[in-house]
Amino acid sequence: MKSRTVRRHIRESFKSLSRNGWMTFASVSAVTVTLLLIGVFIVIMMNLNQLADNIENDVEIKVVAEPGASEVEVQELLKEVKETPGVAEVKYSSRKQELERMIQSFGDELALYKQDNPLGDALYVKADDPKNTASIANEISTYTYTFDVEYGEGKVEKLFNVLKIGRNVGLGLILALLFTAMFLISNTIRLTIVARRTEIDIMKLVGATDSFVRIPFMLEGVWLGIFGAVLPMTLMTIFYSKLYDFWEGRLQNQLFHLLDPNPFLLQLNFLLLFVAVFIGVWGSFMSVRKFLKS
Amino acid sequence: MIVMKNVYKKYPNGVVASNGIHVEIEKGEFVYVVGPSGAGKSTFIKMMYREEVPSSGLIYFNNTELTKMHRKDVPYLRRQIGVVFQDFKLLPKLTVYENIAYALEVIEESPSVIRQKVTEVLKLVGLTRKTRMFPNELSGGEQQRVSIARSIVNQPKLVIADEPTGNLDPETSWEIMKIFERINAQGTTIIMATHNKDIVDNQPHRVIQIEGGLITRDEHEGEYSNEI
Ligand SMILES: Nc1ncnc2c1ncn2[C@@H]1O[C@H](COP(=O)(O)OP(=O)(O)OP(=O)(O)O)[C@@H](O)[C@H]1O
Ligand SMILES: [Mg+2]
Repeated sequence: MKSRTVRRHIRESFKSLSRNGWMTFASVSAVTVTLLLIGVFIVIMMNLNQLADNIENDVEIKVVAEPGASEVEVQELLKEVKETPGVAEVKYSSRKQELERMIQSFGDELALYKQDNPLGDALYVKADDPKNTASIANEISTYTYTFDVEYGEGKVEKLFNVLKIGRNVGLGLILALLFTAMFLISNTIRLTIVARRTEIDIMKLVGATDSFVRIPFMLEGVWLGIFGAVLPMTLMTIFYSKLYDFWEGRLQNQLFHLLDPNPFLLQLNFLLLFVAVFIGVWGSFMSVRKFLKS
Repeated sequence: MIVMKNVYKKYPNGVVASNGIHVEIEKGEFVYVVGPSGAGKSTFIKMMYREEVPSSGLIYFNNTELTKMHRKDVPYLRRQIGVVFQDFKLLPKLTVYENIAYALEVIEESPSVIRQKVTEVLKLVGLTRKTRMFPNELSGGEQQRVSIARSIVNQPKLVIADEPTGNLDPETSWEIMKIFERINAQGTTIIMATHNKDIVDNQPHRVIQIEGGLITRDEHEGEYSNEI
C-alpha cells in the first residue's frame, strides 16, 4: 500500500465520522458509558484488593510464654518459634512491657499488678504467608513453654474467606462487564455498518479490494474508541485524585490507605484507553468482515 | 474481449435469467443490448464484471475465465471495466467529486492526477457546477451522469452501461452518446443495454437482442426492433 493511500484512509475515516453524525455519537456514547462502569469497578476492586493485602499483612500471632518460665526458658522458646517453618518475623515483648500496654489501654487500676506481675513474656509472630497463620499457631501451641496462643482464630479464617470470595466475585463481575461492553459496543458499531452495507457493496463493485474497504472502517473504530475514552479517563482522574486527597487528608493513620494515584491512575487510564481502542477496532473488524464475505 | 459459452443463470428464487447464451464480443466493438423488460439484459451484463456468477457455462474476459476466478482477483477485473449501473450505485456519503475520485483512489492514483482526471471528466458530462453536492441532492439524470463519469474516469478498455440514457432528456442523451462514440473511436469497447429506439436506429451498431434469457437476434448494424 502506498503512503498516500494510508493518508487517504486516515482522511476518509475522519470524514466518515463527521458525516455519520449521530451514529458516531451513539457509538462514542456506548464506549463512554461502558468505560465509566469498568473504571469505577476497577477502582473499587483494586482498592479492596489493597485492603485485603493490608489486613493480611496485619495478622499476627501472639504467643504468651509460661508466666513462671525463666529467662533462659523464654529464650529457648524464642529460638524454637523463630525456627518454626513459615515464620517470617518475631518480636519480643517482656512481661513488663505487656503490663505497661495493658495499663495504657485499661487504666491505672491495673497499676497495682506492678508489684506482682501475673503476665508472661510475649512473642509477636508474623507468618511469611498469612494463610499459614493457623497452622503455625497450632505448631507453636505444642511447645513446652508456650502458655497461650492468640490470633483471633475463626475470625481471621472467616476474613480470608470473605476476601477470597470478594476478589473472585469482583474479578467475575469485571469479566462479565467487559463482555457486556464488547457486545454492546460491537452491536452499536455493527448497526452503523449495517446501515452502510450498500456502501460496501458499491465500493467493491467499483474495484475496491477488501482491505481498501476495511481499513477506513477499522481506523474509524480506533477513533471511536479514543473519543469514547476521553471522558471516562478525565472523570476518573479528577474524581480519584479528589477522593484520595480527601481520604488521606481526613483519615490519617487509618488502617486502610487508598492506592497512590501515581502510578495507579496512569495504569488505570492506560488500561481504559487500551480496552476502548481494542473494542472499537474489534467491533469494526467483525462487522465489516461479515459484509465483505458475501 | 468477451466470450460466453453456454451460459445459464438461475437465481435462487428459481427465475432463469440466462438460458444458454453464446456470444463473442471483439475488442473495440460497440454493442447495443436490447429486449423487453425482464428479458435478462442486466443479468447478461452483470456476469461480465462478476456481480453475478452463472450457474453453468464459461465466460472469458481477455482469456481470463471468470466463473472460476478467485474472490481476491475480482477487484482487479472490475478496475479494467467501467460500469454504468442501471441504479447508479453512487456512494451516498460522498460528494459528486469524491464518488468519481473513488474509482481512482482504489488504484492508488496520485492526488494530482486524480484532481486532473476528475475535473476533466466532470466537464465532459457537464457537472462542473455540482461537484460538491451529494447524490441525494441531484436529479436522476444528474446521478446518471455521475455514474457515467465514474465509469470512464480511469480510461478502461471496456465500458458496460446499463441503460445510461434511461433518465436523461433527449438532448443530454445525445451528449452522452457522443461521449461513448468518442471513447469508442479511441478503441474502448462499449456494451450498452438500452430501451432507446431513437438512439439505436440513428446511431447504428451491432445489436444483440435478448428475450427470455436467450439471444434471439445478433445483427452487425441492426435496428432497435426487427418488426415494423
Ligand atoms: N437478484 C435477483 N434475484 C432474483 N431474480 C432476479 C434478480 N435479478 C433479476 N432477476 C430476475 O431475472 C429476470 C431478468 O432480469 P434482468 O434484470 O436481467 O432484466 P432486464 O432485461 O435487465 O430488465 P430491464 O429492462 O427492466 O432492466 C427478471 O425476471 C428478474 O425478475
Ligand atoms: Mg436491466
